Amino acid sequence: MEDWNVNAAITNFYHKRKIQRQLTTTNMSKKQYWRGLEELNPTSQYTETVANEFKEDLPFGDVESIAEASTSRRDFLKYLGFSTVAATIAASCEMPVRHAIPYAIKPENVTPGVPLLYASTYIDGGEAVPVLVRTREGRPIKIEGNTDSKLTEGATTARIQASVLNLYDAARLKFPMIDKKESTWEAVDKMVSDALNGMGGAPLYIVTSTINSASTASAVAQFAAKYPNTKHVMYDAISYSGLLDANLACFGKRAIPAYQFDQAKVIVSIGADFLGTWISPEIYTRQYGKTRKISAKNPTMSKHYQLEGMMSLTGSSADERYTCKPSQYGAVAVALFNALNGGSISGVPASMTEALKKIAADLNANKGSALVVCGSNDVNVQTVVNAINNAIGAIGTTVNFGVTNNSKQGSDAEMNAFTAALSAGQVGGVMFFDCNPVYDHVNGKAIADKLASLKLSVSFSERMDETTDKCKIAAPTNHWLESWGDAEPFSGYTSMMQPTISPLFKTRPFAESLLTWSGNMTNQYDFVKAFWISKLGSQEAFDAAIQKGLVEPETMTVSGASFSGNVADATAKIAAIKSSAEGSPELVIYDKVGIGRGASWSNNPWLQEMPDPITKCTWDNYILMSPNRAKKAGAEHTDLNEVDREKKVFTLKANGATVKLPVLVLPGMHDDVIAVAVGYGRAKSVGMAAANTGVNVYPMVGKDAAGNSSYTVSTVEIASTGETYPLAITQTHHSYESKRPIIHEFTLDSFKKNPNELFEERKAELEHYTSPNGIVAHGGEAHGEAHGDAHKAEAHGDAHAAPTKADEDWQEAYRQNGTLYPTYDSLGMKWGMSIDLNSCVGCGSCTIACQAENNVSVVGKNQVLKAHDMHWIRIDRYFAGDPTKPDSIQTLFQPMICQHCDNAPCENVCPVNATNHSSEGMNQMAYNRCIGTRYCANNCPYKVRRFNWRDWNEADCFDGNAYSDGRRDDMNNDITRMVLNPDVTVRSRGVMEKCSFCIQRTQSAKATAKKQGRTMKDGEARTACQQACPTDAIVFGNVNDRESAIFKLRYEEQKERVFHVLEEIHTLPNVNYLSKIRNAEHLQSAHAEEGHAEAKKA
Amino acid sequence: MAKDIKGFILLAVFLLTSTYFSYAAPDGKALFQANCAACHNPIKDATGPALKGADSRVPSKEWLYKWVKNSAAVIASGDKYANEIYNKYNKTAMTGFANLKDDEIDAIIKYANDYAPPTAAAPAGGAAGAPAPSDNTLLYTILTIVLLISILILTQVNKVLSRAANVKAGLPSPRDVPFFRNKVVIAVIATMIIVSFGVWLTNASEFGRQKNYMPKQPIYYSHKVHAGINQINCLYCHAGAEKSRHAMIPSTNVCMNCHKQINEYTGAATHPLTTLEGKSIDGTAEIKKLYEYAGWDPAKKDYIRNAKGEIKATPVEWVKIHNLPDHVYFNHSLHVVSGKVACQRCHGNIEQMDEVFQFADLSMGWCINCHRNTNVQFADNNYYSIFQKYHDEIKSGKRQDVKVSDIGGLECQRCHY
Repeated sequence: MEDWNVNAAITNFYHKRKIQRQLTTTNMSKKQYWRGLEELNPTSQYTETVANEFKEDLPFGDVESIAEASTSRRDFLKYLGFSTVAATIAASCEMPVRHAIPYAIKPENVTPGVPLLYASTYIDGGEAVPVLVRTREGRPIKIEGNTDSKLTEGATTARIQASVLNLYDAARLKFPMIDKKESTWEAVDKMVSDALNGMGGAPLYIVTSTINSASTASAVAQFAAKYPNTKHVMYDAISYSGLLDANLACFGKRAIPAYQFDQAKVIVSIGADFLGTWISPEIYTRQYGKTRKISAKNPTMSKHYQLEGMMSLTGSSADERYTCKPSQYGAVAVALFNALNGGSISGVPASMTEALKKIAADLNANKGSALVVCGSNDVNVQTVVNAINNAIGAIGTTVNFGVTNNSKQGSDAEMNAFTAALSAGQVGGVMFFDCNPVYDHVNGKAIADKLASLKLSVSFSERMDETTDKCKIAAPTNHWLESWGDAEPFSGYTSMMQPTISPLFKTRPFAESLLTWSGNMTNQYDFVKAFWISKLGSQEAFDAAIQKGLVEPETMTVSGASFSGNVADATAKIAAIKSSAEGSPELVIYDKVGIGRGASWSNNPWLQEMPDPITKCTWDNYILMSPNRAKKAGAEHTDLNEVDREKKVFTLKANGATVKLPVLVLPGMHDDVIAVAVGYGRAKSVGMAAANTGVNVYPMVGKDAAGNSSYTVSTVEIASTGETYPLAITQTHHSYESKRPIIHEFTLDSFKKNPNELFEERKAELEHYTSPNGIVAHGGEAHGEAHGDAHKAEAHGDAHAAPTKADEDWQEAYRQNGTLYPTYDSLGMKWGMSIDLNSCVGCGSCTIACQAENNVSVVGKNQVLKAHDMHWIRIDRYFAGDPTKPDSIQTLFQPMICQHCDNAPCENVCPVNATNHSSEGMNQMAYNRCIGTRYCANNCPYKVRRFNWRDWNEADCFDGNAYSDGRRDDMNNDITRMVLNPDVTVRSRGVMEKCSFCIQRTQSAKATAKKQGRTMKDGEARTACQQACPTDAIVFGNVNDRESAIFKLRYEEQKERVFHVLEEIHTLPNVNYLSKIRNAEHLQSAHAEEGHAEAKKA
Repeated sequence: MAKDIKGFILLAVFLLTSTYFSYAAPDGKALFQANCAACHNPIKDATGPALKGADSRVPSKEWLYKWVKNSAAVIASGDKYANEIYNKYNKTAMTGFANLKDDEIDAIIKYANDYAPPTAAAPAGGAAGAPAPSDNTLLYTILTIVLLISILILTQVNKVLSRAANVKAGLPSPRDVPFFRNKVVIAVIATMIIVSFGVWLTNASEFGRQKNYMPKQPIYYSHKVHAGINQINCLYCHAGAEKSRHAMIPSTNVCMNCHKQINEYTGAATHPLTTLEGKSIDGTAEIKKLYEYAGWDPAKKDYIRNAKGEIKATPVEWVKIHNLPDHVYFNHSLHVVSGKVACQRCHGNIEQMDEVFQFADLSMGWCINCHRNTNVQFADNNYYSIFQKYHDEIKSGKRQDVKVSDIGGLECQRCHY
């Protein structure tokens, strides 16, 4: 220790670094992942753009202009002096008098400052999900999944997470209206009953989305009993009528079975985006996730084939993906059915023949544990898919008719009958509930034109949407967070709904209105209570059901149904489906993971600003195109398609409608497929966020021969307009580069053969620091000498002399030897997180959960364009493969959050020590200390820090400083601000922020344990993202606790798959990832040539 | 033998843990005030009957014990006397005090039996007649000015005389430098400015702090009367202090638990209420203000209700004294429960304050200092068992105690997030 000198240490250190560099460059994997097309073929502009930490130049331009600036140094000092004095005067003003206002009479269970959780039910159309609502002082602030539910097991989606913001939407109707003028419920009641009595036998239609609430259905029945001319029509904006009708024909039940993805070893999806939007994505994602959990001890996982036209969220998770035109889904299904029976394959693209053979063989080999689903709304296609499922023994195993999914029950035929009757003048009156046909139905315009002539037109809507606008009476309903009710999303599985806040406005539940008009004056609560007491038997049973939120059977009934579909007829009809001419495009109309069918989601700023999982675009809809087609159509702007925000605008003509939309180029799209999302182009009265955002393409939806809505259009015209339009795409924001791979991916076979490949690679990479043969690594004693740090020598000697497991040894050695700085022990807690890239499907519910929990700001489109987006969780999307060959594209998602580095580069550069490290391994951010130099963001290798460029939330001490852009301004009114989590500071302008590991949650869990005088249990502190993740890809806990899930995962169960991003730069992240295992023969990233070969073969 | 004990509701008796009365010999007065005073008066019928002579009214001593520990059970058993009492007092059940020992119940009854109402004390002559403490500022100011003037005069005189002497001796006089050119004067003034600026800067960090802040409240509520003289436990009203980050200001219905009965201030003789300015306060009038807020009709002895049967109560808009900035997270329950910090440590001798003022400056430095100097309840709380290193060090004698700072109590995100 005496002969230590600093130069020696530094020389040693740099020597090590040099060796490290060499290792880094030579030992590099040859894998190639790219986030965008430019990253694959970088241009100089791209390189320059990503090299800049901040997208725009700093306001004072270059150095020369400073020298020539008219503002002299003296002026600068004058202003400085003035502002100092001004600030002083401002600060020395008298303190305001604040008031502390207690409850007049405190409700029994409320303790201010302590959150209460209530079980309730999220509903959106027919979709119903059991949830827990976290309330603070009587206002709901966060939605969590109800883990007691045997259906969802607590899974949530981005929309469920965002639904709490809809409650506080300032655009909601605040009172009933007659002829757009404020009215009262008494006046509405009178007008409606007068109209009902004067109907004179003309039929009254109640048009709704799917209703699966038993109590609401009974209210409708009561109303119909009083007014016998009532007809109830259900339709779904995104129709599943074809599937339902096919099931009726094939199995005698017009119902959707409960699909059991968790029981399937082989999953084949023909155009069904079951992880993103198809029927019940939260449940399917949860089930699917279970089949993607893999470890060295148990190296099995499902095999997922996706056959589709556009690039969907589900397709991006697929092991093998093949593209075709959507008009060919039927042909593909028929070919697959034939292949299963050993028949020949015809009528499908040549590229698919081999694939279908392989799939058929796989399905046949896994009879009884395979599942085929299809997203088509064509009865015939679904009939063939049913036949396939029947042939592979899926009916009664993975396709369960014992329990049916009631989320979608709408009938396109009935809706068509209604619109026909309406056009023919055979309708007396109409009531719309939870639907918006004027906007989202093909016949919307016809409906809108006729509504004015009716004797009675009522819209039960929470806002002045397109349909309500045309109705005489607007009867606003409660948000589900304000309502009593129930839902039965799956037969036998009821989820109860209870209000968590008093109605904010003068609204009335739909059922209560119907009851009132049928002469039954009970209120919603009494009605629901009486209904359920009669069903459950007693008040106690009702109370228990409300408290638990669930009435579910112990075990799920699994049963099949006998198949009696007419495959031959269906096949014949499918053969008649016309595809677009070779080389001309087909249009797919789809709903997005965020915005969905539109409804109130269109005006949800969280969802509008959530980057779409695949395109990473916010705030707009657009025409998706493959790179090849874009080049052909002249849509590709330059090579800089993602760096340059301006996109070419095209006109799109289909089914008689014409729209103008920008083009977004997306690898993985079939070359003859273009796709546009619904849910955009809303009326101004829908709300600030919805207005002027995107274009409505519902009018382009077609009808097939059976009258069902068809979301694919074979004849479309596209033409360039020469205009451009900016799209706010986030993928190239916050980009970071490394010569080493940031993600690790293996095929299942290679993982089985050598599960330790990644582990050995890491070990070899860091060997220099960890092996006794290294240049300076001489064991504990020597480190102390080399670095002359008594603390370290001591720590090394004491605490780390004998790590219990050999695997920890080299990691610990790297921790100690890779740095000049001393290392510190975390004595009590040490928080760590693991993210499994294999079960992450990229759905984005973590992003929104984090936004809700941590008061993350919405910045608006203009600021997203400047890369000022604030999300604490960015889900990086990586492609591998050849962008010109859509079948070759493999996609990966990597949620990127603050890595909470133990040797954090951001901490060292903060001039005011606003960001520093906690003894629990958290990288802390003290907002009130931050002066906004942004050095930390510049120095963060992961690019996870977000800067408040503006005052997004009126959090500044100066009034009137808030940023407004016309779209996100709703976020700052007194109603919407009620969504803020009072345990998290709202950040003001000029400070940096980032993921905090949900410190408010860990602190609260620690406090509970401390107050009870016990140690913390594993899983007591859960981060918002972890709780929201439907596949449990995120594990969080105390790494110091050797019994914790995170410790076991890292050092025992999953140690082969663990890796840290940019581990070689010795940042020592407290977040680790688990490698992606793809159940495919080849990885496109493995070798460029191999990828090409694979693509050629396919 | 006793006759009469009745029970009444105590809406929120969560505070009565045995720790508060683990004395060797039970202290009847303290026990009474901690447990019974909310509903009972020794000599007056209140929510429950007067306790004086209760032991002689009830059927037996054992009956009394049973009743106090679980009155509901006694009523349920069909006991005639118990039901009479229960009905007489509007069927409000008395909270069970299962943790009171028999000798403690005896002590309470003894206290009630021996209780004599306070006689009007002799007027506190001393306080009113005492002269105000003399203020010498004026005197010193005058003195300073006089001395400064005399220094100036004497200096001038000295100058004139020495010049005259120089003239007489034929010596040249030094040129007269005006004082504002005088380097010494300039140096002194400059130093003074710099120093005072420094002092001002130091004090500037006090901006926004409100130590000794004592605003006028909508109701003159004396903590001294409640927590001091009547020894009501802090946690009775501030129930959140054990459960939440907020200590909670009680809602008016909590006040009414006691003030349904206590409708006049009877302590004016022993403890006259005055404001800081010396204005005398009528306690009974202040209780009337409470009734206004609580929607209580003292004449009918019932709440005023609207058509729906809801009590017409309005919350009291207290002026908030202890203000922490929004970016500070402070949790009362952690400090009170696991830290075992007494209220007085941060709030001062609150039980001596008629009007509450802010005792500590609530600055970050003040917080940090306490975190540096305060021992964690390390051995007693199993939560800390994970800190193996400290346990080892304590065992080996290397360490005596564990401060809050040792377990991360100085880290930013303990309070700022």
